[in-house]
Amino acid sequence: MNRIAAFFKKPFIRRYANYLVIGAAALIFGLLSVTGALSMSNQFLLEQISIAVLLAVSLSMVVGFLGELSLGHAGFMCVGAYLGGKIASLLVSAMGVGESNFLVLILSLLIGGAVAALFGFIIGLPALRLRGDYLAIVTLAFGEIVRSVLMNLPSELFGGTLGLKTPRFTRQYLFIIALVLVLACLAVTQNLIRSKHGRAIISIKDNEIAARAMGIDVTKYKLFVFTISSFFAGVAGVLYSYTQSTVQSATFDYNYSIEILVMVVLGGMGSINGSMIAAALITFLNVKLQSVLKGDMAVLKDVIYALILILIVIYKNAPGLSAFREKYNFKTLTAKLFKKKETVSKNGDTVPVVQEEAKDE
Amino acid sequence: MNDTQFVASDGRESVLRTEHLRIQFGGLRAVDDVNLEIKKGELYGLIGPNGAGKTTVFNLLTGVYKPTSGKIFLCGKDITGKAPAEINRLGIARTFQNIRLFNNLTVIENVMVGLSNSISCNIAQSIFRLPRHKKSEKEFYERALELLKVFQLDEYKDYLAANLPYGKQRKLEIARAMATNPTLLLLDEPAAGMNPNETQELMDDITFVRKNFGMTILLIEHDMRLVSGICENLTVLNFGTELAKGETAKVLSDPAVVKAYLGE
Ligand SMILES: Nc1ncnc2c1ncn2[C@@H]1O[C@H](COP(=O)(O)OP(=O)(O)O)[C@@H](O)[C@H]1O
Ligand SMILES: [Mg+2]
Repeated sequence: MNRIAAFFKKPFIRRYANYLVIGAAALIFGLLSVTGALSMSNQFLLEQISIAVLLAVSLSMVVGFLGELSLGHAGFMCVGAYLGGKIASLLVSAMGVGESNFLVLILSLLIGGAVAALFGFIIGLPALRLRGDYLAIVTLAFGEIVRSVLMNLPSELFGGTLGLKTPRFTRQYLFIIALVLVLACLAVTQNLIRSKHGRAIISIKDNEIAARAMGIDVTKYKLFVFTISSFFAGVAGVLYSYTQSTVQSATFDYNYSIEILVMVVLGGMGSINGSMIAAALITFLNVKLQSVLKGDMAVLKDVIYALILILIVIYKNAPGLSAFREKYNFKTLTAKLFKKKETVSKNGDTVPVVQEEAKDE
Repeated sequence: MNDTQFVASDGRESVLRTEHLRIQFGGLRAVDDVNLEIKKGELYGLIGPNGAGKTTVFNLLTGVYKPTSGKIFLCGKDITGKAPAEINRLGIARTFQNIRLFNNLTVIENVMVGLSNSISCNIAQSIFRLPRHKKSEKEFYERALELLKVFQLDEYKDYLAANLPYGKQRKLEIARAMATNPTLLLLDEPAAGMNPNETQELMDDITFVRKNFGMTILLIEHDMRLVSGICENLTVLNFGTELAKGETAKVLSDPAVVKAYLGE
């Protein structure tokens, strides 16, 4: 145990601990899956978790770091799912290859992501220039419009009310690719945040007027963050389409966007690792409840899910629990593990704890 | 560049010049026909009672507000109506009356934000961690630390800005503004809320910045004693209009100024 703690204490390892954890998961579960030791339901679970993590990390860029509210993340995912799915099935038949063709998957991921990014750019361009909560309103509308348009287009195009039939990738391997995509998304997000551009983005959230006065191109950064966030939501959508035989537009409703937002909020806004953990846990809970509660009991799923969320929110905020919280939270527990007096600053880097007395000369 | 605007009436280089600057909020003329002329290397004072329109002048100069009428020239270049970020890049930096630091960034990171436009590294270079990224980060760190040392803030570099004592926050705002490499520095009541010791330290810093960087400074100040100590020239605002301007000693002994300050 001590040895493990010492290993994680190295600055290099600390900085890349999250990559290591996800990489190790991809490797271990990947090996289990290839050798046939991983059940189908666990493969499904890992796919769903990867998709949720992609969504949460990309949304946390907008909500947590940029400080803008987006209520239509599922809308961008929907664009990715429909376009990526459509392109994948076109390519599969045009190229005469199997549904699990790797090249087709990569192409549709890129195209689905790019189209979602384009939508993000087009929506962000007017909405992000205005002050106030315009982005929330516009994204909310976008999410609802996109799925009703896709549903009502002629069924030869996107399947209409019956949904779009999409190729399915071999379940045995898909989650490994999904985990690799999570790593890529994490790298982009983390490298962006830990750079001059990340500082600029945080400065915009902290004080937009001061950021402008320091010569920061606020609109450029807002648009960039929103566009890249939409890109990864689109990628998550394409992945999703590959996990399903049919994509239904009803899936991507307002509630789905809120669910992603809940992951980001519960993860502690502006904490990438927190968002990932929250996304994984909520998805785990969702999938497990779904499989445990069969038949008439299925209605209980939403109730239990809501109750657990309420309990978490109470736990995180109730003043009566503050002492307990201070003693047993993620930060103090990990700090205990690493036995180092450090606190985690908002951008995820560690900064030394400064004694209160030292502050007043 | 228009030379007649670039050279002030007495032949010295003009850094800032406003012509009939005016802004109207509904029925209120917050700034009305203000004509400033600030020369290179000068420390110019802008004083006046609360609500006189001083901060609004800063907001006009930095593009936060667009003037209803009038023009603003920086080193002879017309910057009227330009956006705040562009005005900063053209050479005006400011501090705020109500401190506006980036509270979720550390002290050194606040200064690094100010350096953003002087050290190049594009988004792709950062995301893909190309060599330029590492080199630029080193440069950011070193130059920011250098500036922090000038303002004796280096020992606080890893504090979150929000955790700095009040007086140091005001200093950090000046350091951050200086990081943008301005030709004109606007300070909005930098001594507000400071104790006498801190005020003295601040005045020394302002003098230092002026001497060492050859900085031209426009200073808003409420405290008359402070202004009379360090400014050569003043403009006194009252209800948005110029009540008096010129040499500090003359302006401060003007009966109209005394009346505006002390009331009837
Ligand atoms: N955005 C605004 N809208 C309406 N009135 C404003 C605005 N900004 C400033 N004012 C008014 O302009 C006047 C001058 O304010 P200000 O420039 O802050 O004064 P000072 O800095 O000299 O104390 C005040 O009466 C203030 O209420
Ligand atoms: Mg003011």
